[in-house]
Amino acid sequence: MSLWEYANPKKFSETAARVLPVVAPLAGLCLAVGLIWGFFFTPEDYKQGATVKIIFLHVPAAMMAINAWIMMLVASLVWIVRRHHVSALAARAAAPVGMVFTLIALATGAFWGQPMWGTWWEWDPRLTSFLILLLFYLGYIALWQAVEDPDTAADLTGVLCVVGSVFAVLSRYAVKFWNQGLHQDSTIMKVGEKDPLDPAYYWPLIVCLIGIVALFVALVLLRTVTEIRLRRLAVIEAREKQE
Amino acid sequence: MIALLIRDLRLALRAGGGFGLGLAFFLLLAVLIPLGVGPEGGTLAKIAPGILWVGALLACLLSLDRIFALDFEDGSLDLLATAPIPLEGAVAVKALAHWLVTGLPLTLAAPLLGVLLHLPGQGYGWLLASLALGTPALSSIGAFGAALVVGVKRGGLLLSLLVLPLYVPTLIFGAEVVKRGAAGMDVGVPLALLAAITLGAMAALPFASALALRINLR
Repeated sequence: MSLWEYANPKKFSETAARVLPVVAPLAGLCLAVGLIWGFFFTPEDYKQGATVKIIFLHVPAAMMAINAWIMMLVASLVWIVRRHHVSALAARAAAPVGMVFTLIALATGAFWGQPMWGTWWEWDPRLTSFLILLLFYLGYIALWQAVEDPDTAADLTGVLCVVGSVFAVLSRYAVKFWNQGLHQDSTIMKVGEKDPLDPAYYWPLIVCLIGIVALFVALVLLRTVTEIRLRRLAVIEAREKQE
Repeated sequence: MIALLIRDLRLALRAGGGFGLGLAFFLLLAVLIPLGVGPEGGTLAKIAPGILWVGALLACLLSLDRIFALDFEDGSLDLLATAPIPLEGAVAVKALAHWLVTGLPLTLAAPLLGVLLHLPGQGYGWLLASLALGTPALSSIGAFGAALVVGVKRGGLLLSLLVLPLYVPTLIFGAEVVKRGAAGMDVGVPLALLAAITLGAMAALPFASALALRINLR
């Protein structure tokens, strides 16, 4: 039993069919519980009022926007090194999901920033980095769509993902260098340190984080299985044309 | 390799090779910006470093698809791929040729346009230095983007979508050098980081570009 067994599209689809009915309801349940708990049953912040509750959507989306890119990088590397088609398709399937998470993070950030910082947009390092990440997602998806041959497209996007990751990290530090920030640091890992996140916010946030990870897994599995089926369909059509 | 360099330079300098278009674009940009922003010297002096760098970057972008597209169409790229010199070397030479016909003239023309934009006196030396150091990175990264889209019909727009995000660090450090230089501040840190990006891009990216070319030539 090795991990690489799941590189077999059939095995992958079967496993996905078994995992999906667990992960998808888990995502729905966690997000519903976490968001309702967060939005209606947590106290308001003494300074930020009710706007603080945007973090229950903002933080998980922002976290997954980055993690989705990392997952695409790993999948691309697996494709380049071991030539498993499922891996390339998974990277392709994850890109639009990651892009939407990036958009959600940017939009919720803007909604929060307007009353709090008095501006919809500020050229803050974190905000700017996310905007650049969005551009990377756009370019990656555009390249997938522009190249017709699926294997060539998988190879080229894989190379782009690897090189793009290096430049995305470079951009992150370059942008930090370029402008000092307005955005607060992450508080979620500060348990036990000074100035931690209030427990009243901590637990609903954790539930939301679990929910959004489950949502990402469910969406990527579903989209990957769809891609596998589309590939099969294309092969069948091509065969019928020949006959 | 030297023969390849000379061939590429000749092709670029010949009529229709696109040499000078980038320069003309750069000039136009430096003329249009004051028309849009207004003629106040103070404002122009403030934005001049950024404008000059963005202008150089866009002018560089214009001619990127020429690096491989024509050779791909007439088949000489296939010959290069099977030639005794490694494809990585050929890519590096082609990026160098691109720099010689776009980056270098842009660098030399930039101080002139700096005058148009009221760039403060201390900034000129750093403008030259930062462009001379930074534009090779633009050509190198651009060659990678061009290698990715060489098989795509009319990939020009896609090319800019892919390449511009990759230009972000170079632009930030390059413009920062000029900005600090013009304000009379210490430029050591951004200049060193800019040099690091250029050297890194020149050393590592030809391998990625050659890989992308081989995929496209399959």
